[in-house]
Amino acid sequence: MSGRWLLRLAPWLTTAALLLIWWLFVRLFAIESYVLPSPIEAFAAIYTYFGPLLASALDTLYTTLAGFAISVAIGLSLGIVIGSSRLAYAALYPVLVAFNSVPKAALVPILVIWFGVGALPAVITACVLSFFPIVVNVATGFATIEPELMDVLRALGATRIDMTMKVGIPRSLPYFFASLKIAITLSFVGSVIAEIVAGNNGIGHVMLVASSQFNVPLVFAALIVVGIMGSGMYAAFAFVERHFTSWSVRGMDYATGG
Amino acid sequence: MSFIEIDGVDLVYKGSGAARGNGGTLALAGAELRIEKGEFASIVGPSGCGKSTLVKLISGLVQPSRGAVRAAGKAVTRPLKEVGVAFQNPSLLPWRNIRDNVLLPLEIVEPHRGRFRRERAANRDRVERLLASVGLGEFGGRMPWQLSGGMQQRAQLCRALIHEPAILLLDEPFASLDTFTREELWDVLQALWTERKCTVILVTHELREAVYLSDTVHVMSARPGRVVASRKISLPRPRALAATFRSEFVDLVHELRDHVGRSKAA
Repeated sequence: MSGRWLLRLAPWLTTAALLLIWWLFVRLFAIESYVLPSPIEAFAAIYTYFGPLLASALDTLYTTLAGFAISVAIGLSLGIVIGSSRLAYAALYPVLVAFNSVPKAALVPILVIWFGVGALPAVITACVLSFFPIVVNVATGFATIEPELMDVLRALGATRIDMTMKVGIPRSLPYFFASLKIAITLSFVGSVIAEIVAGNNGIGHVMLVASSQFNVPLVFAALIVVGIMGSGMYAAFAFVERHFTSWSVRGMDYATGG
Repeated sequence: MSFIEIDGVDLVYKGSGAARGNGGTLALAGAELRIEKGEFASIVGPSGCGKSTLVKLISGLVQPSRGAVRAAGKAVTRPLKEVGVAFQNPSLLPWRNIRDNVLLPLEIVEPHRGRFRRERAANRDRVERLLASVGLGEFGGRMPWQLSGGMQQRAQLCRALIHEPAILLLDEPFASLDTFTREELWDVLQALWTERKCTVILVTHELREAVYLSDTVHVMSARPGRVVASRKISLPRPRALAATFRSEFVDLVHELRDHVGRSKAA
């Protein structure tokens, strides 16, 4: 088998191996299905509850993408400001770090008091959980621009906006896309947490209801669905990244790290 | 009145740390320089003497602490569109191919900027012709990292010239190249200058390079720098590499070396 095919297959092989270990573990120790269901039971639950799971998964996906879109807008603009001004960095960075240290699950009850139960708290949680890596990465991209590149533009009489558009943003794109891959997975974490704590739909809500009924296979089915959605979005952004920032990876034919 | 005039210029760099404590580093003190229109001038001197600072002054990237810098009769208070600059580091934008890198000044400098979109095809032709004239005809579509150091410097020269500046400032553009590539690029530069007749100011520490290319070589003293000697080079043009082994060429290089040696001691 050629190395190329092995690379393609590698993620599927590790997934299969993990499922096999999971299955063996459950079989060998004869674990009851209401403690830890076997992967077969989990996938059977996906099959049984396919309709409701799909509907909830789509709910969660919309919520996540809405939160993620806001987070990209906030992250990009804050990142550009912080990365290009030392004053903004000094003023904003400590506050952002402090904010990022707050456990976001603790925010959900407050958001529910403000906005009621439903999709809005989940959108906001998805957003606040995921914008920080975007800010940090975009700011790093801007702050580490080689001064020589800026001199080239400055010597031509370029304005600040010119420099941001022609050097700052393109130079920061690899950092930006790397952060998107992290941010999208964090957005899923945010929306699912909010749905568990205070949702009336979405995959998190399914998990809450299922666990209250001791339908543990369904809980695991929901977890698997979240995992699939997360890695699907990750792959989508990795693809976009490869398309837009091929210059930064030169000859390499993969760009999924990071 | 000369085309470029530097009059009694002092320049203090307000750096960080120790330099800030004692009022900064004095890079230039009482620098005087006259360069005529269409002249090829070189500036040589010991390292750290403020050669690059002189280029930054003329390009408007830094302002003098005292004295005046004038180009084409106007005081230089900010970067001028009549100036093209090339540095020791090729500093091409790594996300653009060579063609788009060379196009960059046309996207920024007026009047090209305003009509950049309308004249896309014409601009492209212009870039291709310029690239071809420095031997990069087939490389417009390549990315910078796919080119050797010498080719990147050729591309940088094109970028500095595409908006047809009246003044070309070159800050040790060949310093990081091997001898053969460097000598090749001397001829590329000589041909470009002969064709365009722009005013060139070349900063270098290579005395052979300065003599080979220049009409006048200015020698700077050690820091704080000022021009201590100016030597007209009246060797016939166009000059060829074979001439660098003749005695009049070698004598000029030796004479300049003495100047630099003395300026170091002073």
